[in-house]
Amino acid sequence: MSSTSRGRLSLKVGAILFAASLALTACGATVNDSPASPDTSAGTDASPTENAGGGDLSITFIPKQLNNPYTDVVLGGGKKGAEEAGFTTSNVVGPLDASASSQVSFINAETQAGTSVIVIAANDPDAVCAALKEARAGGAKIVAFDSDANPDCRDVFVSQVVAKDVATIQLEMISEQIGGKGDIAILSATANATNQNEWIKFMEEELASNPDYKDIKLVSKVYGDDDDTKSFQEAQGLMQANPNLKGIISPTTVGIAATARYLSTSEYKGKVALTGLGLPNEMRSFVKDGTVKEFALWDPAQLGYVSAYAGKALADGTITGKSGDKFTAGDMGEREVGENGIIIVGPPVRFNADNIDKYDF
Amino acid sequence: MTDTQTALPRADIAASARTRRRWNPRSLLSKRESPVVLALLLLVLFTYLANPRFLAPQGLKDLMLNATIMMIMAAGQALIISTRSVDLSVGSALGLTAFLTGTLFATYPSIPIIVVFLAGIAMGAGLGAINGLLVTTARVPAMVITLGTLYVFRGVNSWWAGSTQYFAGDRPDAFGNLSVSLLVGIPIITIIAIIVIAVVTLFQRYSRSGRDLYAIGSDPDAAIVYGIPVGRRVFTAFVTNGALVGLAGVLYASRFNSVGAVTGTGLELQVVAAAVVGGVAIVGGVGTAAGAAIGALLLTTITGALTSVGVDKFWQQAVVGGLILASILIDRLATLRRARNLRKATS
Repeated sequence: MSSTSRGRLSLKVGAILFAASLALTACGATVNDSPASPDTSAGTDASPTENAGGGDLSITFIPKQLNNPYTDVVLGGGKKGAEEAGFTTSNVVGPLDASASSQVSFINAETQAGTSVIVIAANDPDAVCAALKEARAGGAKIVAFDSDANPDCRDVFVSQVVAKDVATIQLEMISEQIGGKGDIAILSATANATNQNEWIKFMEEELASNPDYKDIKLVSKVYGDDDDTKSFQEAQGLMQANPNLKGIISPTTVGIAATARYLSTSEYKGKVALTGLGLPNEMRSFVKDGTVKEFALWDPAQLGYVSAYAGKALADGTITGKSGDKFTAGDMGEREVGENGIIIVGPPVRFNADNIDKYDF
Repeated sequence: MTDTQTALPRADIAASARTRRRWNPRSLLSKRESPVVLALLLLVLFTYLANPRFLAPQGLKDLMLNATIMMIMAAGQALIISTRSVDLSVGSALGLTAFLTGTLFATYPSIPIIVVFLAGIAMGAGLGAINGLLVTTARVPAMVITLGTLYVFRGVNSWWAGSTQYFAGDRPDAFGNLSVSLLVGIPIITIIAIIVIAVVTLFQRYSRSGRDLYAIGSDPDAAIVYGIPVGRRVFTAFVTNGALVGLAGVLYASRFNSVGAVTGTGLELQVVAAAVVGGVAIVGGVGTAAGAAIGALLLTTITGALTSVGVDKFWQQAVVGGLILASILIDRLATLRRARNLRKATS
């Protein structure tokens, strides 16, 4: 009797140990996932001494979230830019989820480590503000990229493209594909996504004012929350609710891919046009099977590349972030700081069956 | 208070076991499922009247395809919940098996599709076994254990996948077609799902170990006293649920475009909601896999119906929430009435 109860007890202890070890593995996995967090602290612990020795510069990228294919391409360009620009250490740290406050602890760690340049894609323009101000007080230069922080708490913002260009190129493409007239709809990311809403606003203005688009009617705007499944169902709903729909614009990579997948497996394939912003790797099969004729995006690598050079120019004192400042961004040539400290990388690229195989991101 | 709550369903089961011993087609869909079926029929009818395209061939196909994956997972979850446990790790487990599917096709492009299905099911069963082992040996509520494994599995998925994503284009067309091809007007994967759900429901209703699950859910202590191998039964339920989630993961990869580190995040709550709406009481002891599957069908149909008639999607979540509350209230009222009747009968 006592032996069985002891047996059960040891079983219990074993199970608890097993659970604990699993839990630890979980932590390990997440930490591994953001290799940056331990690495950086190690790397940056060393860098202050290096700094003291020879004025070496360190740069740290904080994307919206790690493990995102788009972010990876941006960071790849950033790493290349950082090396060419002459940073001695470059790191990537960041959260696994793109929530508003998740970046704050990473910014604080960089401040303590004395990093010279922090490049950040803000998940929320205001949530990161206090932490960034602290970092600036500690001497760091702040470059916002991809998604802007509040202008008060960063030095410059490197933007992919002019928002208006993104809007017009998408309208041009849809107009070409549906022959200049008919009902269209927009399938966006979340209802409060800053970028997408700005583009949609420009599209609506352009549709209302440009005589070329007088026969095109925007009948519906839906939101797929950048979630595969939800975007999928929203696409179905658009088809059912709007029998005369001629085309869909999806200004988000998740939305356009999900919609393309739905169209390619439905009776609407080839009948309803789809365009927007997408990643060539994600869209390749849909361009080849005829579901999608043409879509657009900027080259994300250039965004990281220019951001690294902007950080270098700030750290060197070549620019201060005021309008009219100029610096050279390596191979990409000269860039000028515009109003509100905004630096534009370049025009969007159109991808279609002819050129899509030249791009790998 | 707790005594009466746990004791009564037990009596109910004894009674229902007695009446159900003989084959009775009407009992296949017991009272618990009928309100859900009614709600589903009304929903489809009204949406059809508002927008006839809702039941056009394409609309019907979408409706079934959208529900299939959720139906399989809800059926598995019904097994677990009927033993008064819950498996919250199913979203993460689906993510892992979906990513396994993507990886297998990317690494061995000519791998037979059936092998991928078996691998996915085996992996799901393995993950279910981990849950089952922890729940039955540690004697900690399953909610806590599976909340832990939710994060463990997701962590493993993030570590394994990193930023790698596999797209529909990386998988053979035949595999992708599985989720769209029709057989007598019904998508093939929906037929697979219906067969699986029917088997699980029959097992619950007519097999001895299936009945044991309800006994465990009604009163675990009494089940032990009665001589039911509680640990083994609960473990089996977790493994079965895991296998079903594995199947769902493979089907997910067939249906959707991308599988990666975050695939399936948040699905667990939808699955539990579907089971609850489908008449599976969260306190255990009652409910069937078929009911849970119909619950899943109802929830996905609501989303489809509301988007089809152009209702703002912010309302959709509120509607789903209202449904969950309604089904819990109905269940509670029914329990109270049954209790009163039983008391009358015995006094």
